[in-house]
Amino acid sequence: MNHQLPPLKLSGLEPLIISKSSNFINIGERTNVTGSAKFLKLIKEDNYEEALSVALEQVRGGAQIIDINMDEGMLDGEKAMVKFLNLIASEPEISRVPVMIDSSKWHIIEAGLKCVQGKCIVNSISLKAGEEEFIEQAKKVKRYGAAVIVMAFDEVGQADSYERRVEICERSYKILVDRVKFPPQDIIFDPNIFPVGTGIEEHRNNAIDFFRGTKWIRENLPGAHVSGGVSNVSFSFRGNNTVREAMHSAFLYHAIKNGMDMGIVNPSMLEIYDNIDKDLLEKVEDVLLNRRDDATERLLEFAEQVKSKGKAQVKDEEWRNGTVEARLSHALVKGVIDFIDQDTEEARQKYHPTLKVIEGPLMDGMNVVGDLFGEGKMFLPQVVKSARVMKKAVAYLLPYLEAQKLESGNTAKNAGKILLATVKGDVHDIGKNIVGVVLACNNYEIIDIGVMVPTEKILETAIREQVDIIGLSGLITPSLDEMVSVAKEMQRQNFKIPLLIGGATTSRIHTAVKIDPVYDGPVVHVLDASKSVPVASNLLSKDLNHDYIREIKNEYEKMRQAHAGKKEDKSYISYEEARANKFKADFSNYVPTQPTFIGNKYFLNHDLSEIRKYIDWTPFFQTWMLQGKYPKIFENQIIGKEAKKLFDDANSMLDLVIKENWLQANGVVGLYPANTIDDETIEIYEDDTRKNILKTFHNLRQQGKKGSGIPNISLSDFIAPKDSGIKDYMGFFAVTTGIGIEAKLEQFKKDHDDYNDIMLKAVADRLAEAFAEMMHEKVRKELWAYAPKENYDSEELIKESYQGIRPAPGYPACPDHTEKPPLFELLDVTNQTGIILTESNAMYPASSVSGMYFAHPDAKYFGLGKIGKDQVINYSNRKTQSLSELERWLSQNLNYEID
Amino acid sequence: MSQNIKEILKERILVLDGAMGTMIQRYHLDENDFRNEALQNHSHPLKGNNDLLSITRPDIIREIHAQYFEAGADIAETNTFSGTTIAQADYKLEHLVYELNFQSAKIAKSVAEEFTRLNPEKPRFVAGAIGPTNRTCSISPDVNDPGYRATSFDELRLAYKHQVKALIDGGVDILLVETIFDTLNAKSAIFAIQEVFDEIGKELPIMVSGTITDASGRTLTGQTTEAFLISVSHAPLLSIGLNCALGAKELRPYLQVLSKESEFLISAHPNAGLPNEFGQYDETPEQMAAQIEVFLNEGLINIIGGCCGTTPPHIKAIAELAKKYQPRKAEEIYI
Repeated sequence: MNHQLPPLKLSGLEPLIISKSSNFINIGERTNVTGSAKFLKLIKEDNYEEALSVALEQVRGGAQIIDINMDEGMLDGEKAMVKFLNLIASEPEISRVPVMIDSSKWHIIEAGLKCVQGKCIVNSISLKAGEEEFIEQAKKVKRYGAAVIVMAFDEVGQADSYERRVEICERSYKILVDRVKFPPQDIIFDPNIFPVGTGIEEHRNNAIDFFRGTKWIRENLPGAHVSGGVSNVSFSFRGNNTVREAMHSAFLYHAIKNGMDMGIVNPSMLEIYDNIDKDLLEKVEDVLLNRRDDATERLLEFAEQVKSKGKAQVKDEEWRNGTVEARLSHALVKGVIDFIDQDTEEARQKYHPTLKVIEGPLMDGMNVVGDLFGEGKMFLPQVVKSARVMKKAVAYLLPYLEAQKLESGNTAKNAGKILLATVKGDVHDIGKNIVGVVLACNNYEIIDIGVMVPTEKILETAIREQVDIIGLSGLITPSLDEMVSVAKEMQRQNFKIPLLIGGATTSRIHTAVKIDPVYDGPVVHVLDASKSVPVASNLLSKDLNHDYIREIKNEYEKMRQAHAGKKEDKSYISYEEARANKFKADFSNYVPTQPTFIGNKYFLNHDLSEIRKYIDWTPFFQTWMLQGKYPKIFENQIIGKEAKKLFDDANSMLDLVIKENWLQANGVVGLYPANTIDDETIEIYEDDTRKNILKTFHNLRQQGKKGSGIPNISLSDFIAPKDSGIKDYMGFFAVTTGIGIEAKLEQFKKDHDDYNDIMLKAVADRLAEAFAEMMHEKVRKELWAYAPKENYDSEELIKESYQGIRPAPGYPACPDHTEKPPLFELLDVTNQTGIILTESNAMYPASSVSGMYFAHPDAKYFGLGKIGKDQVINYSNRKTQSLSELERWLSQNLNYEID
Repeated sequence: MSQNIKEILKERILVLDGAMGTMIQRYHLDENDFRNEALQNHSHPLKGNNDLLSITRPDIIREIHAQYFEAGADIAETNTFSGTTIAQADYKLEHLVYELNFQSAKIAKSVAEEFTRLNPEKPRFVAGAIGPTNRTCSISPDVNDPGYRATSFDELRLAYKHQVKALIDGGVDILLVETIFDTLNAKSAIFAIQEVFDEIGKELPIMVSGTITDASGRTLTGQTTEAFLISVSHAPLLSIGLNCALGAKELRPYLQVLSKESEFLISAHPNAGLPNEFGQYDETPEQMAAQIEVFLNEGLINIIGGCCGTTPPHIKAIAELAKKYQPRKAEEIYI
């Protein structure tokens, strides 16, 4: 069978045919920002000319394909990929060979595919996110005319044994060949090269399993090829090139024998197999082939001998023997706080004036941290820990600095002064604090003036402190308008300094369309903490800032034009038509259950250990910028270890929170008779006679044009109309787990402990969500008891498999925050639980959740989308609230321009 | 119909028609011929926009198709070489792109049907001609900014989709992506075609024809013939071939490469030799036929026709030859 399949044919300007008789194909790895610090630096500095020469060197050095990867947090990967590929196209000596477009982000891959005329390789796709996405991407790859690397990765995780490699590769192959009709010869498997000699028992077969897996693929999956990143295998011997080179060569020798026919290799890190010292080779092969139980120990021992200067397996406390500079650097990089005062004191005695301790060893250490973070080699939780060490050291030095300042008038030099504030009406600040920490690590002085800060205070502080940049943060939608007001006021007061915009609801498009036009100074949307450093450094660089600012302004101008042009794209129907197409909940087969009580029930000082069981951890990791699902995130090769550490820290903190009563959990549930009186208005009655109306809740209806048979939904559709005679009910809730948090946060602040400050907020947020989840279950099973027999585990709860929903005002189904005050009044929330509403209707403490319960089996979550002026006018009449005021609250949901 | 052409191609060499532009020049048209009532007050000069004649002078286009069929062509190319929004932007006629392709297809199809009726033994086909546009996706027009591009894959893709839909609506039997000087442009066209197929739920045979610019043996964007072939082989093509820029004699070595390496049928429509110092092509039908006979004899070809400078007499001479030779048999290349 095999012999009838054509070979893998690729092309740059010239063809590259990979057939059975081809020699091993060398894929150049230096044009990869994740693997080459030099290349990363060049791309970051926009030095594409030098970057091209890296590519050229590789081709000249014999690379037959060049792998290009721009996956780096601080880069616009898509832009860099496109630019680099376009430039390569103009260099015939480089574009002679095919490229490999390497990214973990599909959008970067697709952007790259649109730039190459030859037949390239996509690196990579996998079953990681399921068959649907895999098939979708494979079809696209085929249509763009590329070959593909398939990682041995599926929904469960990365293949780490022989059996899993076989299982995943066979399944991937079958899907590709049988269902996508992907040419088998264009499939290249990457069956995961993992490190050996790590000292971990389970890793002992890593190389053998790869060899066996490779052999199996080549014998059983006709046409398919095998590739991999070879340098991984020697990961645990970093710093010892003699051993690493030997390992690479020996590994390749065996891998090629088993059928691996291409690979990402650094030719300069490759010893010729036959030239390897026989003794070393034997020990290396013992490890690779798992030939003896003590193979790793023996190789390590040998490694110690061949290594010129020591590192590898250092004893934990050995770093204490280094110079004070080395110790400070170690403490900063590793986040070790134990000896910081004593080491700082030692440095203080050595350096004069004291400021030199900061400018010297401490900043040097933080620069290492900043670099490692920039290279993706450190993760946010580690960086925050480093910052904690730094702050502690600075705090120790502060009295000495003050004293010397009085004498000399000197102050510390830094990269710039940045003011950070969460805008008026908003209480959320985890993200802002993370940005502050990351910027501080990069030598910016941060003036953080907290949450709910009015415009005047922001601008006063900016003037008084002579800051170089103002950064605004916010999480809830009304904060978007607040940011516009701040920008307008900055314009009025003739500010010129840059304004940074960040936070969950902010976006580049909102910044471009609403904020940038009202302020002549630079305005930049910052996607996340990792982006804050390059943005700040570009803005404050004397050489770059003009170009950078012009580029940003132009980009936003383009986005505005595109936005103006695009508005007609989505079609809307009239409010009247939308109402006619309402969702018809089935009330013929459903009798609403009467709750066990009517009115409010309070749950004060609720047991946190019960709440804890309901925590959904996945968003917790997102807060810390670690992407992955709990608990699978722990298996992640790259971030798994850090995630586990973070998780353990969070749980130790939770233990203390519960044991020492750091936080108080208060909640309220209200269950009431309810009916709709028109399509979107729900009346809440005092009792089942349904005579006395306690409150009226107003909902909005989707107005986007739907396909046939798809309704325009409103939350009211899940409640029976009054004239139907059906006795329906509705519930409300508000919970908080943030009562008492300030005292603790204050303490952390005093200790300069950002790590625990952010940790406590993140944990409290999770507890609040868990409390809401727990309360909802209690409502379904006991209080309203419409599903008394329900029995779901926590994963099913997270997936919301149960009957009924709990939408929250301010979120997609009901984006109007002004529905919160009536809810708070109905439940007497503020008096009983201590949660207050700010002027933007944000809840304080921030770790609070409020919302409504709908029990109908058809009830589901949806997004309102944009609505028309006809509906807003009607809404304003119903709510007897002025149109312009409502338009402001709903500004993100209008399909028309206000003013 | 498409089944039909594949069957016929197993039996004999099919003949593609010759140049459209060369024929139009003979009518000595002026600006008025390029304007109908609706275009009377159009701000841009329209003379030279040959595709537009399908709307303003359909009689001429019809006559040219008829002359080529008369000469023995099996396949007529629609008068749509510049029928994309990108190419028509030069004339500010983006809004006429659908109409222009639709009418061109209809005209060619109706002439083809007439000839098929007269001689059902020799059914005639229409290939929707899809030109390269006047922009390139792989080269910067600005020497100082090699990373810049005057167009993008997606811009081209959308423009091609527009053209392809209109051609199919107008009734073409085949789609012919031709005169490819930039393979990325062609990949975008092929992508667009496949998207349209998905949308309408049917497929037509696709012919792809590249252009080797000069004796370097490469496309304008630098690919060798084989690299070009590999780069477009992901789509199920009816044929791959070469056209324009070179005469039959110069084309031969590259056709040999294609014939050796390709799993698809092979087409060629060379120019009538290389242009002389006045930019005219002066290879006579007999001279051209003699060159072509060399590679027909070698069994390299399945579809043969003419590009710039060729006329009905050229096609007549080629058609006579084609009858005498067997078509290329796609070999089992990988044994």
